[in-house]
Amino acid sequence: MKPAPFAYRRPATLPEALELLAAEPDAKVLAGGQSLVPLLSMRLAAPGLLVDLNSLPDLGEINVAPDGVRVGALVRHADLLASAEARRVQPLLAMALAHVAHATIRNRGTTVGSIVHADASAEMPAVLSLLGGSVTAESASGSRTIPAGELFVGPLESSLRPDEVATSAFFPALPPDTGVGFDEVARRHGDYALCGVAAQVRVVDGAVAAASAGYLSVADVPTVVDLTEALGGAVTDASLAAAGEAALEHLDPAADIHATAAYRAQLVRVLTARVLRAAYADATTEGGSEA
Amino acid sequence: MSEEQHDVRLVVNGVTREIRVPARRLLSDALRHDLGLTGTHVGCEHGVCGACTILVDGRPMRACLMLAVSAEGAELTTVEGLTEPDGSLSPVQQAFAECHGLQCGFCTPGFLTTITAGLRENPHPTHDEAREMVGGNLCRCTGYQNIVKAVERAAAITAETAAAVAETAETPEGAAR
Amino acid sequence: MTTKLMGQPVQRVEDQRFLRGGGRYVDDVLAGSASDTGQQVLHAAVLRSPHAHARIVDIDVDAVLDLDGVHAVWTYEDLAGLSAPMADPLPLLIPHPALTHGRTQYALARHEVNYAGEAVAFVVADDRYVAEDALARIHVSYEVLPPVVGIEAARAAEHLVHDDPDDPAGPVPGNVGARLEQSTGDAAAAVAAAPHRLALDLEVERSACTPLEGRGTVARWDPDTDRLQVWTSTQSSTGVRAAVAVKLGLDLGQVDVVTPDVGGGFGVKINHPWPEELLVPLAARALGRPVKFTEDRREHFVSSAHERAQVQHVEVGFDDDGRLLGLDVTFWHDHGAYTPYGLIVPIITSTQLLGPYKPEVYRVVFESLYTNTVMVTPYRGAGRPQGCFAMERTIDAIAAYLGKDRAEVRAVNFIQPDEFPFDQGLIFQDGRELEYDSGDYPQMLEKIKALVGWDEFPAFRAEMAEQGRRVGIGLACYVEGTGVGPYEGAHVHIETTGKVKVATGLTTQGQGHATVFAQLVADELGVRFEDVEVVTGDTRRMPYAVGTFASRAAVMSGSAIHLAAKRAKEKVLRIAADALEADPADLQIVDGVVSVKGSPGAALDLGTVSVLSNPLRYAFDEASKAATQFSVGDPGKPPVAEDDEPGLEGRDFYSPERATFASGMHAVIVETDPDTAEVKILKYAVVHDCGHLINPMIVEGQIHGGVAQGVGGALYERMAYDESGQLLNASFMDFLMPYVSEVPDGIDIDHLETPSPLNPLGIKGAGEAGVIPSAAVFAAAIEDAERIPITAMPISPSELFELRRTHDRPVVEPAETPHPPKETP
Repeated sequence: MKPAPFAYRRPATLPEALELLAAEPDAKVLAGGQSLVPLLSMRLAAPGLLVDLNSLPDLGEINVAPDGVRVGALVRHADLLASAEARRVQPLLAMALAHVAHATIRNRGTTVGSIVHADASAEMPAVLSLLGGSVTAESASGSRTIPAGELFVGPLESSLRPDEVATSAFFPALPPDTGVGFDEVARRHGDYALCGVAAQVRVVDGAVAAASAGYLSVADVPTVVDLTEALGGAVTDASLAAAGEAALEHLDPAADIHATAAYRAQLVRVLTARVLRAAYADATTEGGSEA
Repeated sequence: MSEEQHDVRLVVNGVTREIRVPARRLLSDALRHDLGLTGTHVGCEHGVCGACTILVDGRPMRACLMLAVSAEGAELTTVEGLTEPDGSLSPVQQAFAECHGLQCGFCTPGFLTTITAGLRENPHPTHDEAREMVGGNLCRCTGYQNIVKAVERAAAITAETAAAVAETAETPEGAAR
Repeated sequence: MTTKLMGQPVQRVEDQRFLRGGGRYVDDVLAGSASDTGQQVLHAAVLRSPHAHARIVDIDVDAVLDLDGVHAVWTYEDLAGLSAPMADPLPLLIPHPALTHGRTQYALARHEVNYAGEAVAFVVADDRYVAEDALARIHVSYEVLPPVVGIEAARAAEHLVHDDPDDPAGPVPGNVGARLEQSTGDAAAAVAAAPHRLALDLEVERSACTPLEGRGTVARWDPDTDRLQVWTSTQSSTGVRAAVAVKLGLDLGQVDVVTPDVGGGFGVKINHPWPEELLVPLAARALGRPVKFTEDRREHFVSSAHERAQVQHVEVGFDDDGRLLGLDVTFWHDHGAYTPYGLIVPIITSTQLLGPYKPEVYRVVFESLYTNTVMVTPYRGAGRPQGCFAMERTIDAIAAYLGKDRAEVRAVNFIQPDEFPFDQGLIFQDGRELEYDSGDYPQMLEKIKALVGWDEFPAFRAEMAEQGRRVGIGLACYVEGTGVGPYEGAHVHIETTGKVKVATGLTTQGQGHATVFAQLVADELGVRFEDVEVVTGDTRRMPYAVGTFASRAAVMSGSAIHLAAKRAKEKVLRIAADALEADPADLQIVDGVVSVKGSPGAALDLGTVSVLSNPLRYAFDEASKAATQFSVGDPGKPPVAEDDEPGLEGRDFYSPERATFASGMHAVIVETDPDTAEVKILKYAVVHDCGHLINPMIVEGQIHGGVAQGVGGALYERMAYDESGQLLNASFMDFLMPYVSEVPDGIDIDHLETPSPLNPLGIKGAGEAGVIPSAAVFAAAIEDAERIPITAMPISPSELFELRRTHDRPVVEPAETPHPPKETP
């Protein structure tokens, strides 16, 4: 398990990095490398050139504004998880990040890298999707913003072009009257989830005004389902069960060596109920999430 | 066909080391085979087992999931760098010996580095936090029971030492010594 | 007087090295740059079959030849030219008359590959990176053959694993390698005549040892002395040495095998020789450079060894109390593609299945079957977990059927303390009678019930049920034959410094041998613990040895070391008595000083005794002056007596008539999540009897590790093969070895010490015990929580969820008794 040979450049500026990528179609970008390096070692990926972003200035910043959190391409999961500012503006980030692999991996792995790796069983793509966030992509020919809804196009496939660098991701702030929740079931603590759910619920005068959930590991791409109608305004055993069934209509739980499709569907039901309940409680708790 | 070589400067256990390696050289291999620091072990090479965990600028990371070139300029601490300046065992190492926290010893360096950093961040872990601290490292021998005890014991040793140092510093006799 | 160290929780001496990063594992040998090591080691890699079953049509290595840094690329065709015996199949290590169709692989596949992962070509290059580049350039044409995967397919025998027309050994009809039956009478008749009868169909899946360190071998050929030095991560140095000598056409005396620190074994490293263990020395000799092979994790999954898979059918007849009147067991054992380790695993299952019980009549028959999967050799427990599963599931089923307490049904079947030695009337894995030496199962049952809170459990269950929580309790008992022969030896040498050097030939994989054996020597010789240094697994120091497996190290080498130390002590006393002009019976040794009891002035330290033991012509230092020819000795006698030899040494061997039988009982309380079917361990309790304990800290560590491995085997780990014979989870991502979060938070342990009468220390083995009853005890507890029969292990939440669906009880509250297994007509 040793990587095949590749050329390596560690540019000092972003334009330099973008030029390298423009010139070499068979290039890959290295930030944290926590997904890429094992793929290299198993020779499942064998790029001609690796462009290492780790010397680029400014990409390590977390910018927290009232409208949301912008996370640079070199921000490690651990840094974002530790950011009280980010947690205040969007508490779902920390809730989900705590489930990303183990602490040691979070020390090196980047949140943006995890997003553009586009693994439907990873937490942060689902969170970005649920929140309606976006990724900023830069290339030699310019910059563009890719909304989460257009980013994830297939299993491990994003709409990011090979000549582009995702320089940041933007997670919108928690809207008023809204609560969030996250939970997942994994075989072992820290493993990829068999099913995971992120949810946000807006509560007005005790009634559910809007509810949606983002799902991981139960579809080919991170999938967001609007559950407002299914809940019918209230969080009850019956409405939560209805929400689970409604979610399943949009999902495609598959069997693998760890779980049958039926079991994953069961987890969709169980976790949908648990997480919506938690998000509802979060929205209605005094001094809970910032409104 | 000869592969492009890169000069890489690493500060390993406080000593600046320079190596010349191809870009694909894993940091774990560079430590072991280029620098001869064989205390860092390789158990899976896909980041799951944690045997290769070292401290990179003070934080635990998997050496098998980093390229040596990408660690340019970093300060690295391996198990060989954990002992006290006088060569005695650090509190974490001492706790492992006292609690029988190791058997075959292969996973141990990864635990020692992880816990060393973990206790720096959280010097007084609860029992659950002690378990969480070692939650990303695999051990096939010990069943983790004595490793968790060792985390708690290491925290106690550190606290005892700190208290003793504080007491010594407060007394004039201590100061004179 | 010094305190006796036997029984003390002495801290491990080897830890000082390990904790500083100073462990020396096989991949550390000759590591570092050439300027550091003096010799740049070359690295090997192996091309492995991507197919489970295929005929090799052609291998084209041309593209490798122009790759810089490649020193050798070999296929089967090259082997005969390098060493004629290398062209033969690898040895069948443990032949058995019932193994009528034993097969072993070639070091590199000849005509056919029989599992995905089988070695096909071997490359040596400057480093492992280049070696892997070379592998990618080798082109092999295969004709894919239909694979046989799983016991069902093997039994159906629609396709055969071994039917290569070019194989001189011929085909293996029905995929049956062996069929072995043992009985103590007509079990079928006993079952038929019993008042009650049950039948159970059970299954255990494949798992594996997966030590954190994989396999590895380094070899260096010295052309000046015509000698080979091999370092290998093995459980048997002497085994590898013999195999290498045979296969390379060398005299045994030309081969030294050193086992450095080993990063875990658990059985998989006993299987010698691996193809690589032969190819690496062969390459070192052929190329004149040191060569290293360090397998990677994926290779470990697909090319080492697995265990456990069995399908079992039990028929049992019993009386109203649950007493076993007839027990008739048939099982099918999946041994994978080859049988280098013979029938050891299924023989152990078939004999150790009986545990602490004494059925009136027992019959067992097994078939050992070929499949196109990685071969099967012993994994910690070695067939016992499966036997324990069959027996304990049977007892639980009887209890459920009779509506009796599960502990009571066990108790009525126990061998009683006054019945030892107890002959089970079968032949064990070592070819000797299955005769239990000692034990106290009734007392042990009382201990485990108290430890887990067996009698209090119904109240706890009710309390939990009120909170909507579902809990269950399980109990499982086992007996383990430990310390099998043929022998181990030891050499004890007292240096002129007074330090004691001890060598025994078996190897160490974390059991703390350097500590426990030093405890024994310190006690016997009367020296300070820190003055004793123990070396294991080095054929230069002790060329006669067997290996570390079957929970035998403490029993076998412990006893041998004790005996060797006794011999050394006798010599010490003889020489000292002479020098001190005293009767040996009046001497004592305390902290390394020999003195006359009651007369402390008359004393000699052991270093001086050592000097005196070796009459010298030359003085090398102050101490040795005392031993030169003008200083000592009676000029009227030869300096070395006729029946004596120079040096202060003791050497002895221990070879017991038969194994000694340890025992244990585990109990677990689990909680099952009504929604997600996740299983949580609330309490785990162990009562363990390995006779006298040498070091309780180390024994408990062994139990902890065994229990965790058992939790993995029961709830997380399996080898997931697809029908084409591809292993789908050949990584730590998907082979779910437990992290700390998956093991019990605390394991309650109690000991019972019924000494073995078979060895001088009264000890029994402890290494494997922790893992034996896991599948049985978790199945029992989950069944108790869920009221659904659990007949197959391991079990995942997904499988439990599916079982609930099959039994149409996803959320119903537990009924009073589980579904009884079907009664036989």
